[in-house]
Amino acid sequence: MRLPITAWTSITHRASGVFIFVGMAVLIWALDASLKSPESFAALQTSLDSALCKFVIWAVVSGLIYHSVAGVKHLVMDMGIGETMEGGVLGSRIVIASSVVFILLAGIWIW
Amino acid sequence: MVTAVTSMGRSGLYDWLMQRISAVVLLAYFVFVGLVLLGGVDYASWKSLYSQTWMRIFSLMALLSLGVHAWVGIWGVLTDYLTERLMGKTGNVLRFVFQMACGLTMFTYLVWGIQILWGY
Repeated sequence: MRLPITAWTSITHRASGVFIFVGMAVLIWALDASLKSPESFAALQTSLDSALCKFVIWAVVSGLIYHSVAGVKHLVMDMGIGETMEGGVLGSRIVIASSVVFILLAGIWIW
Repeated sequence: MVTAVTSMGRSGLYDWLMQRISAVVLLAYFVFVGLVLLGGVDYASWKSLYSQTWMRIFSLMALLSLGVHAWVGIWGVLTDYLTERLMGKTGNVLRFVFQMACGLTMFTYLVWGIQILWGY
């Protein structure tokens, strides 16, 4: 589909929002296990050693990162900054570039 | 198509503001927890952090913000894609069913979170 970059960042913002709403179950499950007892904390650490578990956490964290960065762009635009066509395109580029950096860093941290 | 009845506060401006306020709370919470985790935690330090009254207040605030934020966001998505214009009466039924399912999920997250914060 040929869409302007602003459309891609917008639709990804929506999709990531729906995704992390579901993914929140994983984070609350992890919070539950981390606080229940020293044994469940240790069990959580063990399960976080598995590649599948790392990938799921990384996917949810990535959604969270993208949604947050794109959200900050909205807050900036609410203040009247970057509301022009050029501003929107530049804002989208900044959102994509900084999300990629943060998502890669999160991946390095998780693995 | 009647959409105001399932919106957060029956007002677009109110929903817009609540979306922003809850977003800032959630961002602050995730950045804070992320930084704590980056610093490294063991069970004792993690447990003692979550035993603090201010951390429980902050966490409950984030949980409530999650419900508000997701309600407004999901409502925006549903009223765009599951509509009477796109699929007739089925759209209205599907939209309501999905909104209720999301509401149930949010409520579950909230009660589950309260149990984690005060139950252990």
